[in-house]
Amino acid sequence: MKLSHTIGATLSALTLATGAIAADQSIIVQSTTSTANSGLYDYLLPLFQDKSGIQVNVVAVGTGQAIKNAQNCDGDVLLVHAKAAEEKFVEAGFGTTRTDLMYNDFVIVGPDADPAGVEGMNDVQGALAKISETGALFASRGDDSGTHKKEVALWADAGVDPTAASGEWYRETGSGMGATLNAGIGMGAYVMTDRATWISFDNKQDYTIKVEGDDDLFNQYGVIPVNQEQCPSVNAEAAKTFADWLISDEGQNAIAAYKVSEQQLFFPNAPKN
Amino acid sequence: MAVQLVISGDADLFEIVGLSLRVSLSATLLACLIGFPVGALVAISRFPGRGAVLVLMNALMGLPPVVVGLLVYLHLSRSGPLGFLGLLYTPTAMIIAQTILIAPIVAALSRQVIEDLHAEYAEQFRSLCLSRMQTVTALLWDARYSLLTVGLAGFGRAVAEVGAVIIVGGNIDHLTRVMTTAIALETSKGDLALALALGLILLVIALGVNAAVQGLRMSARRQAYV
Repeated sequence: MKLSHTIGATLSALTLATGAIAADQSIIVQSTTSTANSGLYDYLLPLFQDKSGIQVNVVAVGTGQAIKNAQNCDGDVLLVHAKAAEEKFVEAGFGTTRTDLMYNDFVIVGPDADPAGVEGMNDVQGALAKISETGALFASRGDDSGTHKKEVALWADAGVDPTAASGEWYRETGSGMGATLNAGIGMGAYVMTDRATWISFDNKQDYTIKVEGDDDLFNQYGVIPVNQEQCPSVNAEAAKTFADWLISDEGQNAIAAYKVSEQQLFFPNAPKN
Repeated sequence: MAVQLVISGDADLFEIVGLSLRVSLSATLLACLIGFPVGALVAISRFPGRGAVLVLMNALMGLPPVVVGLLVYLHLSRSGPLGFLGLLYTPTAMIIAQTILIAPIVAALSRQVIEDLHAEYAEQFRSLCLSRMQTVTALLWDARYSLLTVGLAGFGRAVAEVGAVIIVGGNIDHLTRVMTTAIALETSKGDLALALALGLILLVIALGVNAAVQGLRMSARRQAYV
């Protein structure tokens, strides 16, 4: 009896302690990893918190998982990059509105040796076709993330079904962008990544950007407050304040001002009111 | 680099180390409160199906952290049965997950320790006509030094795992980021040197906790013989 009391008391003490941290004015953002790994939030969030007093907690996972978590009502704002899936999320009633927030682009990085000879190409379909013809290693996220969805669509456009060679030259890591880059670089494989993650990535070794500049490599990010009608637990007001700030002139200027190695990582493109 | 980090007195680092210790030590404490009595009771009891219980207890020592994380996530998620508590993405959720992860380890190992000890004393206990409760208490007290090691095994597992806490904690900066999730994050950023430095610091912390317990044990023993 005594024992269960002790456990109960300990648990409730812990709950109280953490309950105090998770005060009213805090929100959880379910986010794609690129915005977190590139340091964008470390730059943006203090600006927003100083102004609004709202504490923003970021859970950075792949876009697919972020959407699922938000559907389980485990977040107040969704910030990801897979437009079709985002629109479906809003249509299904989980989000209030989806707004274009910013963009950058995808690139294909590869080793100095460049086994498929794609260096300098700006036609991504041609480059993917060449990689599959030569059987050069290609490391895919394989995790239903925004980047993975995009990559799958590009392979389809190129008329190649890489999953037929899964485990041979097509390696699906099933992990995040950084882990996939580490794995791809370890095995000498080409990797498709968003430019922000690549610029801020520290373990590049002899890898450089091989393919870039195709319009098809456009990467759009969107922001969606989670719908309170679907999820009564969300902090709708704070979520809307945050989303509105991101697409305001102030938020957009802050996004444009964020640089790593003197390079701008994200280009704001929210519609002007 | 690890030394540099510590010397520079990085406030973030201390916060992360502090949370790691708070979460894993709390989980160890809870797991011991559950595991010691359960282990001792099973050790001294004879009942039908006991063999199956032992196999189950031992098998649960191999619980994959990711599976524990997922189970706790599904329960604590806002759409789960305990969602109304609002515990997901808090240190409490991480403590719960790690407790579930290591309680079977503590229970299974202490069962073995107590059973061996009980074999020595069983007849004596019987002649004293001790109740089951008194037997358990006496055995737990007598085995306290061995049980410290059992607790340390649990702590080691808890402080080193990443799979469960990253799912239920979310690796949120200044809220639920611990050593292992920070290491995973730095690895994914490609900052392998920093990741390794954090790993070294984690190792030193584990060493420190073990040394502290060892010291406690030796001074207690010394006093016992005075």
